[in-house]
Parts: sequence; C-alpha cells; structure tokens
Amino acid sequence: MLQWAFDTMLGFGLLWLAWRALNSSDLFKAIVLFIAFGLLMALAWVRLNAPDVALAEAAIGAGLTGALLLAALARLGAMTDQNVSGASAYPVPSAQPPAGSHFSRGLLILLLSASVAGMAYAIWSLPSYATGLSMDVAAHLDDSGVGNPVTAVLLNFRGYDTMLEMMVLLLAVLGVWSLGGLQQQPEKPVAAVLETLSRFLTPVFILAAAYLLWVGADAPGGAFQAGSVLGAAGVLLLLSGWRPRVRLMQWPLRLALTAGAGAFILLGLLTLLLEKQFLTYPVAQAGRMILLLESLATVSIAVTLAILFLSVSSGHKEKSGKGEKK
Amino acid sequence: MTNAFLYALAGSGLFVLGLHALVMHAHVLRKILAINVMGSGVFLILVALARRSGETTTDPVPHAMVITGIVVAVSATALALALMLKLAEKSGQAVLPDKHGD
Repeated sequence: MLQWAFDTMLGFGLLWLAWRALNSSDLFKAIVLFIAFGLLMALAWVRLNAPDVALAEAAIGAGLTGALLLAALARLGAMTDQNVSGASAYPVPSAQPPAGSHFSRGLLILLLSASVAGMAYAIWSLPSYATGLSMDVAAHLDDSGVGNPVTAVLLNFRGYDTMLEMMVLLLAVLGVWSLGGLQQQPEKPVAAVLETLSRFLTPVFILAAAYLLWVGADAPGGAFQAGSVLGAAGVLLLLSGWRPRVRLMQWPLRLALTAGAGAFILLGLLTLLLEKQFLTYPVAQAGRMILLLESLATVSIAVTLAILFLSVSSGHKEKSGKGEKK
Repeated sequence: MTNAFLYALAGSGLFVLGLHALVMHAHVLRKILAINVMGSGVFLILVALARRSGETTTDPVPHAMVITGIVVAVSATALALALMLKLAEKSGQAVLPDKHGD
C-alpha cells in the first residue's frame, strides 16, 4: 500500500515537474526544474529495479545535461543582450506565446488527449507478465565474460549498439565543431571556494569512475556510468577555470575522442579473423576484451562529454585568445 | 496490473506533455527541453515494460537500450544547443519564426 502511494506520488511528481519546467515563464527556472526532473527520474529508475539506468541518469540527465543547458543559456543571454536590445530572447516574458487561434489550440489538445488515451490503452492491453529476452540473456550469461546482465548486453550480446553509439558521440562532436570550431581560451581566475572544491572533488570523481568501471562487470556500473562521472569531473574542472594545454588539444584530444570507436572497430576486425564473426569474442578471453573496450570507451565518453561542454560554453564569438582551428 | 504500469502511464503522459510544449513554444531552448522530456517518457515506458518479467529478474535488454539512449540524448542536446547558439548569433534571437512571419 505504501509502495503504491509512493509510486503514485512519484509519477505525478514527474508529470508536474515536467509541466512546470516546460511552461515556467523564466528560462533559468525552467532549466533548474528540468534538473530536478532528472533527479526524480533517477529515483523512478531505482523503483523500477534498473540501478544501471539510475546511475547513468543521475550523472547525465541531472548533471551533464543541466550543465550544458545552463552554459548555453548564459551564452544566449550575453549574446542577445549585445546584439538586440528590444527583442530579448532571455527571459521570455510570456509563458504561452500566441501560437495559433483558440480553435487550433483546442484541436491540438484533442489530438494529444487522443494519443495519450491510445498509448494508455496499448500499455493496458499488454500481458502483465512477459519475460522478454531475460531468459536468453540468463542462459548465455556464463559465456559473456561478465556477471552483470546489462553489461553483457551492452558490450557483448549487442556490442554493435555500443559501437554505433560511440560513433554517434563522435558525430556530435564533429557537428558542434563544424558550427564554429573550438576556441582555445585562456585560463580564467575563479572564486577560491570553487577552485578548492574542484581540487578536492576531482580525485574523488576519478576514483568513483574507476570503481564504476571495474565493478560494472558484476554489479550495476560500467563504461557509460564511469564515462559520465569522469566527464562530470572534466566539466567541473572547466567550470573552475582550467583549460587544457594547446598541445593536448591537438592529436592527444583526437586520439581520446576516437579511442572508443576505434577500439570497437579494431577488436571487431580481430574477432572477425579469429571467430569468423564481427564482435563475437572467444569465450575464454571475453572478460578481458570487454574490460579493454570498456576502459577505452570510458575515456572516449568522458572526453567527448567534457569537450561538448567546452564547445557549448565557450563561444567562438569572442575573438580573444589564440584561435586554434584545424 | 503492477506498479510498473503506473510508470508506463506516467511515461506516456511525459511524452505527450513534451509534444505539447514542442508544438506550443517558439523558443528553441524550450523545444530542446521538450524533446528531452519526450525522450524521458519513452525511456520510462521501455523500462517499466521490462519490469513485467518478475520481481527478481528484469529484462536487461531494454535497460541497455535506455542507457545507450540517455548518452545519445545528451550528445544530441549538445548539438542542438550549438545550433541554437548559431541561430541566435545570426538572427539575434533564439526563436523560430512563425509561419506568418514576425
């Protein structure tokens, strides 16, 4: 009974926070509410018995996405204040812009109600007990090289997905860079408290990431969680004014960005030679291969997320500093 | 009918809330938030339906898909934000123009 009450409250809390985040008049408030929404989502994942997803959501959904959004908002504010004085895009004065007439708005509400009813019916009509693929995963878990079924699915059974995802991350960085490139910026002095805090926290983040990576073989954790924690450490360092050396921004950065996807491709070709199938590991070596892949993927994910933050937060607009464009 | 269905229903609600905001708001940052909320709704449905396989064993395949999805969503958000900033830089505001012109 208590569980029902909790789940109902959490469900309505999620809906209410999403509504407030999407319709509050101030954009800053909207983003803060969205971060709170991400934290509640992490709680929902725990309730749904998905601790792996909860870890990823807590680090990314509540942490990194919020940092990205706030950084973009700060730049948007600075940009629109400089360029236009009249039509400022931040904050938007009216929560509800005049989009269409009452008729079209009513029609939209009607269509959306119909679609939510349809989805609810579709969910309702599903059988309340279904094993899905859990039996197949459990049957082959011993051959996968790891003990955590989610890691086994991510890195072994559906290694293709993760390989393609590493490429999606790479594509996102390429897309952001092609919109103006990455500007090398001088280190900025910041408040002493933030600097001290980041000095204390960064080793803890690195330790936590290494732990998550190692423990991911048999317990909730893994490359994505470790990579996002490590990426958060990078974001914290960037926020506290640290900037990577110019030398590091050349080929070491590119190597780190491509390490995950490259490792997947190389190992895939190797297994193609050994086992005659792409990304099918020999059973005896599977654990070691997965650990190698995960380590490189962790580095790539962390560097990608931190670089995305740096690219979004530091403008290519201001021409100060030496433009390193290549 | 278990608690998981409750979360699946909340997920469909989130999807529709996000869709509504995506259509209604002209500001690009709100649209990006809306797409993120829609994605969260889809993830919630996926994981809630994975919960149906019993109390102790849950289907790990949707979990893995959702973890992948979360990481893809954050990179897509970063790309969208970079596009938004480019738009604001070129046009002075981060608002998509109305069909009738503004």
